[in-house]
Amino acid sequence: MFPTPIQKRSRAAQISYQTLLPLALIMWLLPLIAVMLFSIRPLADFSAGNYWGVPSSFELFANYGRVFFDSDMPRYLLNSVLITVPTVIGAVALSCMTGFALGIYRFRGNLLIFFMFIAGNFVPFQILMVPVRDLTLGLGLYDTKLGLVLFHIAFQTGFCTLFMRNFIRALPYELIEAARVEGVAEWRIFWYVVLPLMRPAIAALSVLIFTFIWNDYFWAIVLTQGPNAQPVTAGITSFNSQFVAQYHLMSAGSIVAAIPPVLMFFLMQRHFIAGLTLGAVK
Amino acid sequence: MAVAASETYAGPTWLQRNRMIVTPILFLLPGLLFFGLYVVIPIFQSFNISLYRWDGLGEATYIGLANYEELLTDRNFEISLWNNLRWLALYLLAIPLGLGIALFLNQTVMGIRVYKSMFFFPFVLSQVVVGLVFSWFYLPREGLLNGLLTFLGMEPVNVLGDPDLATYGIIAAGLWPQTAYCMILYLTGLNAVDPEQVEAGRLDGAKGWKMLWYVILPQLKPATFIAFVVTIIGALRSFDLISIMTNGGPFGSTRVLSFYMFEKALSEFGFRMGYGSAIAVVLFLIMLVFIGYFLWQMWYDEREARR
Repeated sequence: MFPTPIQKRSRAAQISYQTLLPLALIMWLLPLIAVMLFSIRPLADFSAGNYWGVPSSFELFANYGRVFFDSDMPRYLLNSVLITVPTVIGAVALSCMTGFALGIYRFRGNLLIFFMFIAGNFVPFQILMVPVRDLTLGLGLYDTKLGLVLFHIAFQTGFCTLFMRNFIRALPYELIEAARVEGVAEWRIFWYVVLPLMRPAIAALSVLIFTFIWNDYFWAIVLTQGPNAQPVTAGITSFNSQFVAQYHLMSAGSIVAAIPPVLMFFLMQRHFIAGLTLGAVK
Repeated sequence: MAVAASETYAGPTWLQRNRMIVTPILFLLPGLLFFGLYVVIPIFQSFNISLYRWDGLGEATYIGLANYEELLTDRNFEISLWNNLRWLALYLLAIPLGLGIALFLNQTVMGIRVYKSMFFFPFVLSQVVVGLVFSWFYLPREGLLNGLLTFLGMEPVNVLGDPDLATYGIIAAGLWPQTAYCMILYLTGLNAVDPEQVEAGRLDGAKGWKMLWYVILPQLKPATFIAFVVTIIGALRSFDLISIMTNGGPFGSTRVLSFYMFEKALSEFGFRMGYGSAIAVVLFLIMLVFIGYFLWQMWYDEREARR
């Protein structure tokens, strides 16, 4: 193990490490802690210039209550869910299939198609922006959740295919050969042999894509406009213009907007990190 | 008998004989259709649009390379390009910083797992929230940064209001989640470091920096490669933070190509789709250099794996 385990070091080193840890964490999360402290203060504190002292009153429930009952925030949150969940399902389903085709079969152009998916995943969004916006307008899907979902599915298929194909590649190929010798049809091999083995990959990918799509901002402002279809990342700017300079409400709002992916991460941490670090170890 | 048998059994159908070709095609079809329609074709369309003058609604006029000629003398384009370079250079700091934190946290003490996830968790926040959190952190009066500076007896600074500082302030905000990402890559990599090699290194008298450089880092190569890929792509994609924190200002000093393109093509200053597309093409070509290198590297690994 590197660096040397702290248990093998001097007592003084151990104690200083143990005290350094929480200090470093507080330093690291300082900007976020500041926002959290803002979100429980009353407005009066800000006009009085009491930013960092003891709050004159504790307004957690009042502030967050206003976020939920006094603004469009619940609608934006619902939109985010209705955009994110179908995208996750669609992208994972498509990439299970493409990953299977590229991971199992040997045919001409296999690597070429695979590399096209990878390359597409890296392109700047701006090179797609004008044509995709046009296409969405043409389909009559501008400012709808479906328009966003369709694009997200298509774009995420690139990354998901990379992920799924490499995962399937690592499965024992003998299993598929054995099934073929038994005369099992190819689609049955996919459904009954490969798909059950892909469960951990599906879980990891779902959590990752959920976070990516929930946090998308660029496409939300390109393809949607109002509270009808906008997800929370785009909606938060109108939320902030509703409560200009009311930092206690704005900070409460942004914390609410951030909670779902954070929750997802802490609940599914193992899958999340397994997905994110795929390929970091050979 | 043999003849009779072959008459009743017609042999495998065309579909069965060609199933090793037909199956992958069918499985690829939906994914390829989506990806082609929304990703591959639009890239070529953008190249085409960049040769036109077009407001996005009316008739488009073919103007050849005039958009690109205009770019050459566009002062704002130049500023954006320089800022992209700043992003690229400074964003790479996330890699050593992430490695540093990973080394700091790679211990087995009580509660270390909680520490690791708390250090990682800025990555899970959306860039919009990161942008808001940092713009409030930088606020001249209410911000914690200036609170701390005045507490330490220093002059307060208005980071986002100062054209010379604003870009660096935004990059610092971007480094926060990016460092967390690199940290988790390195933590996973460190977990897989071969203990025998570390032991062998210790016997040879390698310690500290030498051990890190000659024994550990070579084993972390895959993690470093991914860290480079995601950091470079992330740096060139920067848009959300700029849009949220300064909206390109003050005086357009924080624009980057991705933001400037959006501004030209879709903001209230007018819909110049052709000119915007030309900016996007330039950004795409810059990224293509890196994408080409990454793909070449992956292709090489793929060939090694086949042997």
